[in-house]
Amino acid sequence: MKLVIIKYNAGNVRSVQFALERLAVEPLLTEDPVEILSADRIIFPGVGEASSAMAYLKERGLDKVILDAKQPFLGICLGMQLMCAHSEENDTPCLDIFQEKVKRFVADQPHLKIPQIGWNNIHGLKTPLFRDVEENSHCYFVHSYYASLGDHTIARTDYCGGFSAALQTRNYYGVQFHPEKSAEVGSAIIKNFLNII
Amino acid sequence: MLTKRIIPCLDIKDGRTVKGTNFIDLRDAGDPVELAALYAEQGADELVFLDITATNEKRKTLAALVDRIAHRINIPFTVGGGISSVEDVRVLLDSGADKISVNTAAFRDPELINRLAAEFGSQCVVLAIDAKKGEDGEWYVYLNGGRLATDKKCLDWATEGVQRGAGEILLTSMDHDGTKAGFAKEITGLVSGSVNVPVIASGGGGAPEHFADILDGHADAALAASIFHFREVSIPELKSYLRQAGIPVR
Repeated sequence: MKLVIIKYNAGNVRSVQFALERLAVEPLLTEDPVEILSADRIIFPGVGEASSAMAYLKERGLDKVILDAKQPFLGICLGMQLMCAHSEENDTPCLDIFQEKVKRFVADQPHLKIPQIGWNNIHGLKTPLFRDVEENSHCYFVHSYYASLGDHTIARTDYCGGFSAALQTRNYYGVQFHPEKSAEVGSAIIKNFLNII
Repeated sequence: MLTKRIIPCLDIKDGRTVKGTNFIDLRDAGDPVELAALYAEQGADELVFLDITATNEKRKTLAALVDRIAHRINIPFTVGGGISSVEDVRVLLDSGADKISVNTAAFRDPELINRLAAEFGSQCVVLAIDAKKGEDGEWYVYLNGGRLATDKKCLDWATEGVQRGAGEILLTSMDHDGTKAGFAKEITGLVSGSVNVPVIASGGGGAPEHFADILDGHADAALAASIFHFREVSIPELKSYLRQAGIPVR
């Protein structure tokens, strides 16, 4: 299987790379459109800030490459947020694959910290991405912005209200948590992604 | 619901764990990767590696170790100990660390926190603070592993650190560290209530009830070292105790 990780200016991709290697997949890290579109699977990771990431993608035409993808595609964390319609982070128009909007957490109780850092449960699990993953499994989150709940929500998590822990439309999947850091549960989710037809 | 985190800490020197351990079933208990993998399997939520190597080879051996850890471990981990520049941090993050912690170097040069947060994001910058209660009843910052007193109040430094971009505070009470008599509830709760980022309590955890006590409203996570290494408290037992005590855990 040819798996490509999209290389851009947002992020520490090492842990994604290593998680795949533990599943015996050698990913190719590239920003070359031809390589990306000829892959069997595409992973779009990301840790960073939305507007500079979008600017970088546009400069290199990677925004169009992402929209052209026909193969199973997985956005992680900021990657998933960039696949939404718009991010409140520096008022950034994003790729609009998911029409859900990305907003900043507002603490609704004094003890809630922002960013959300740590393990939270995911529920309302849909699609083969979560095959054999138990309801309320815990995944590792680190984020200050979240995608709202909407038609494309395939997993929900609650923090300062409910938000989309995962989104899906057509071949596109996105997860807010870090499957590469979510122990066995995360590994199962990555494996499911590798097996999506 | 966001759960409270249990974080074993491993002290590292020249790529090996420093304090002895009681894990006879490990092939090599001195190998931090073996021990880390065991903790991850047992349900640790995160790991901290504190490097106390003081040689010129430090950077290389630490980066190589971080690379090995990242290959093996599927939970987040933080690396700390003598980190003093953007370049140090870049090497460690590129090797696969999720977060780094800064302590004395950040105190000497507080702008370091701003630079790290701007370069890598607050989510990977942990400000480690060692504190001790003074005779006047105030908590003060100590440096160099607790050997050097300062006149900076712990709460002020924590607040400033977060303003500068620290995404988490790792607060060790030097008064409680090694006592196994419980965490420093007072100062940990005070810091936790004053900053809007997570606070990790460290120092004094000796029994499951100490963890329940500190995680019940005083801290977001709790760190300990030797009680895990010597199997005085196991992570699965600790988690099950906390669950029964009504503390949300994974």
